[in-house]
Amino acid sequence: MSKAFVPTAAKPGVITANDLREGHNVWMCEDGWTPDLAQATLFEDEAIADLALLKAIGQSNIVVGPYLVEARRGPNGPEPTHFREAFRQRGPSNYFHGIQTLKHAEARNV
Amino acid sequence: MFDVRPVETDYVRHRAAQFRAQVGRRLDGSLTEDEFRPLRLMNGVYLQLHAYMLRIAIPYGTISPDQMRMLAHLAETYDKGYGHWTTRQNIQFNWPRLVDIPDMLDQLASVGMHAIQTSGNTIRNVTTDAFAGAAADEWMDPRPYAELLRSWSTDHAEFQFLPRKFKIAITGAARDRALVAAHDIGLRLIQQDGRTGFEVWVGGGLGRTPMLGKVIRDFLPEEDLLAYIEAIIATYNLSGRRDNKYKARIKITVHERGLDVFKAEVEEEFANRRRDFHGADREALAIFKDRFAAPAFRNAGTEAYEAERAKNGAFRSWTDTNLHAHKVDGYASVIVTFKTHGETPGDASADQMRLLADLAEQYGHADLRISHDQNVVLPHVHKSDLPAVYAALHKAGLATANAGLTSDIIACPGMDYCTLATARSIPVAQEIAKHFKDNGLEDEIGKLNIRISGCINACGHHHLGHIGILGLDRAGVENYQITLGGDGYDIPAIGERAGAGFPIEEVVPAIDRLLRAYLDVRADASERFIDAYRRLGAAPFKAALYPEPAHA
Repeated sequence: MSKAFVPTAAKPGVITANDLREGHNVWMCEDGWTPDLAQATLFEDEAIADLALLKAIGQSNIVVGPYLVEARRGPNGPEPTHFREAFRQRGPSNYFHGIQTLKHAEARNV
Repeated sequence: MFDVRPVETDYVRHRAAQFRAQVGRRLDGSLTEDEFRPLRLMNGVYLQLHAYMLRIAIPYGTISPDQMRMLAHLAETYDKGYGHWTTRQNIQFNWPRLVDIPDMLDQLASVGMHAIQTSGNTIRNVTTDAFAGAAADEWMDPRPYAELLRSWSTDHAEFQFLPRKFKIAITGAARDRALVAAHDIGLRLIQQDGRTGFEVWVGGGLGRTPMLGKVIRDFLPEEDLLAYIEAIIATYNLSGRRDNKYKARIKITVHERGLDVFKAEVEEEFANRRRDFHGADREALAIFKDRFAAPAFRNAGTEAYEAERAKNGAFRSWTDTNLHAHKVDGYASVIVTFKTHGETPGDASADQMRLLADLAEQYGHADLRISHDQNVVLPHVHKSDLPAVYAALHKAGLATANAGLTSDIIACPGMDYCTLATARSIPVAQEIAKHFKDNGLEDEIGKLNIRISGCINACGHHHLGHIGILGLDRAGVENYQITLGGDGYDIPAIGERAGAGFPIEEVVPAIDRLLRAYLDVRADASERFIDAYRRLGAAPFKAALYPEPAHA
């Protein structure tokens, strides 16, 4: 879908993929990949984002199908702009499964 | 050429071992994802929205208690305690880790199961009537032919890279519960001049270009089944389009070339290929007919059943909706719906799977079926055992009396799981089911097929719903189109789009207006929604969906 997305300062983006071994969704962050979109690197520059995407594609032993997608700057980090990405960073709506359980566990540890 | 595989579990184990090595090479970097993807798809492994998904074949929906227990074990060990029945009589697990899938396939192989050809451009699971071998309106059990087709199509060297996926359905009953007209090839067992054969349909399918199939052969003698089916698929394999994925299904080939041209090519191919079949297929069919011989039915009274019906209203209500007429006196087929109001259509927990396995062994001649409408059928239960079966199901929350009613909705996984989806399906199904239970209208509305898909690929069969719902992405918001008048069974029909779509929060109110309008206009309680729609046309129903503003 949004694979041809070009980030700008007005419309920044993140790089996301699936974890090769486990399958869950991950986002590129400063020191690798995170299952928490809020920790992801926000790209505002096309050239820098393209370079990062090439790096992601080169990590095919870690992640599958990396792509750039629009995200907005939120108070706690990047947030999804499209509902598909919102589901990807939350999990399904019929059960409390997927990434939302990780966040729940983290919140309880605080 | 056809060859019967005597010990298929060896082959399945071998394939599982191959896949284990392929996963190993992917993880150590020897295989790129582009190289690995077709290999994993050949073994039913998809990468979905949140996780990998493993689709396991349940040939023509027939599964043994031991196999069902294996699915329960996999659900608990490698998934989140449940599995999902699909509209092609298979099961999907939504959360396996890639690194665990080789172990899952090994364990499946131990009970003769696998995930071969549950994906890819190959011949997929051959589907049939969930009541095959049991239905009162069936004159011949289609499963021996389904098994012949399964056995022949598994790993068929010529058909591993078809232009697109290929789906075959077969029925032997008066009422078509296999959706013959909506398949690439549909087969209806018929008799002509005392001979058994098939009415052969070709070129049906849903998806972005829904079409009903056409009859390519009025009567195909049963001994020519494989040669003729092979001729159809070989013809399609050469003339089907490979330039455009969206025009690659056989329905487009038949539509663009014309049935007459396509049929002439098939008949020529058939004449050539027929000579290559030397009778092994007919010998195999004889073996399969023995394998699917009817169980030793009991001759017993049904007084206990009648007595329970008289005194237990909930049991009576369940038997009114969830039984299907059996060909043997004193027996019934039990429909166990996985459509509890507010739950996810087609999701079964490990405990529920084990209960079904136990009930099948204790009361059901060890036979279980997965139905295309995401329910499970115990095809052979003596009526005197129904009170006990009902009590056990009720205790497990599986005795919802709603088979064929408003809440018995087919819904694809939608954007809660599927990477192709454009909107969610499951929450829409949950809300509709809850709504019509809460307002008490479900029984009054009676028989109704609601079908929901989360994208135009139509896995939820929305085109065949009396009411179809199609979820789309309209400018970044979920939006639902409603189609009316579809039918998969009695008079196959593709539903017609009623008008502009609705945002998700307006779908339930729209369906409510639609069904209240139906209750107002129907001739009497025996006239189903689809019958009223056919009698009156779309106008009164569109008016209910799109009421005039009060101040125009």
